[in-house]
Amino acid sequence: MARALSRMAVEIVERCQGADALLVGIQRRGVELAARLADLIQKSEGRSVPLGKLDITLYRDDLSTVGPRPVVGETSLPAEIDDRIVVIVDDVLYTGRTIRAALDELIDFGRPRRTLLCVLVDRGGRELPIQADIVGLSITTAPGDRVEVAVRELDGDDHADLIREGAG
Amino acid sequence: MSPAALGKDLVGLEGLTADQIRLILDTAEPFKEVSERPIKKVPALRGKTIVNLFFEASTRTRISFEFAEKRLSADTVNVAVAGSSVDKGETLVDTARNLEAMRIDMVVIRHGSSGAAQFLGERIRSNVINAGDGTHEHPTQGLLDLLTLRDCFGKLEGLKVAICGDVLHSRVARSNIWGLLKLGAEVGVCGPATLIPRELAELGVTTLPRIEDAIAWADALNVLRLQLERMHAGFIPSMREYNRVFGVSLERLERAPKELVILHPGPMNRGVEIDSDVADGPHSVILPQVTNGVAVRMAVLYLLAGGGPDWRAPMAGGGDDR
Repeated sequence: MARALSRMAVEIVERCQGADALLVGIQRRGVELAARLADLIQKSEGRSVPLGKLDITLYRDDLSTVGPRPVVGETSLPAEIDDRIVVIVDDVLYTGRTIRAALDELIDFGRPRRTLLCVLVDRGGRELPIQADIVGLSITTAPGDRVEVAVRELDGDDHADLIREGAG
Repeated sequence: MSPAALGKDLVGLEGLTADQIRLILDTAEPFKEVSERPIKKVPALRGKTIVNLFFEASTRTRISFEFAEKRLSADTVNVAVAGSSVDKGETLVDTARNLEAMRIDMVVIRHGSSGAAQFLGERIRSNVINAGDGTHEHPTQGLLDLLTLRDCFGKLEGLKVAICGDVLHSRVARSNIWGLLKLGAEVGVCGPATLIPRELAELGVTTLPRIEDAIAWADALNVLRLQLERMHAGFIPSMREYNRVFGVSLERLERAPKELVILHPGPMNRGVEIDSDVADGPHSVILPQVTNGVAVRMAVLYLLAGGGPDWRAPMAGGGDDR
């Protein structure tokens, strides 16, 4: 995972070309991954990248059908996002519905010059026309499979596992 | 179903568990931030229709509910029936049934009769939220007081809160007492003996006969409004005497052994139960209470609009984005 993250950090720097970028992690593991990427960029480029977090719960398209409400996390954007490059960071990209919600939420805060999507794992299976710009790892999965990403800060250690349908 | 999930209605804090109350307070935290955004609106309750059914006068509570509903993108209709002779019974049910026939999802009700919210909730399919029923409960006010106290002190366990004034007529007092006791706070009540119900001792509530005792004992005072509209039976000699004996003044607060936090549910009778220099002074969290009111009501609306027993596992645990 460390190697994938370093590669992603380099790509973010290249894509943003020194412009005013902002990393926005999606609750919850996207937030930790965004913080790691910001650290890596700080180390290699010597400049700090502002960090934000986005909780998309209130923008979900299945809120009226999920039953008792999911817990709402914190949303905080450090600065104006108008005219900046916003890099959305999440752990797994699957149906694309989370990202649709994140894009909707983001435009309620302002109008970024550009929005990029950066994910650790792209597992395919999109249900919306959404694509990632920066990907740590691409895998092919079946609908019943699960992809689990763990991060040190929340889960004790770092790993990404593909669990096939019917297994464990 | 998650153990902390709320039921169909919010009638009072008496019927909630400590976990359910904590769930509402914790859910209110992220909603505080929504009101600070440039666009103060999220789509969570889009398409839901909410009727605010107010049989009694209200400014703060009604506006606060309306802001909460609008910031969650619900469609709202206000029905003000203040001053009408509508009372508990068939007429209330008929009103609600007519509203349900127009396909509404939730009713926020304020009514002069204790038990009106529960009565309605048992008879209609929509979610019912009690916005104050007679002298029974005013749960969202209790919740916003809890949230404000938690903001000030970090936790509620072990906190000493004195509720001062007209406890007898106060639904705010009852909701506060239930909520505070369930979350592990100590509760005292202070006021003229005619306005303190005796049964409170059975709940473990301390009676503090003098306002000086309350100020010496408590970490926070919740100063209740003297409900002049419910004073039909000569409970106090005069407002002036009430102020002299029970009024919260700066002079009295300065003799306290520690800094107190002062709450008031509003509207204030300045110079009666609370002096202006206290209400506007550094001890007062009266305006933060109002701000928290919107967040707490958003949390309650959001949580109640969920429902349904077939709950899929939430996104916790990481991984797939749905």
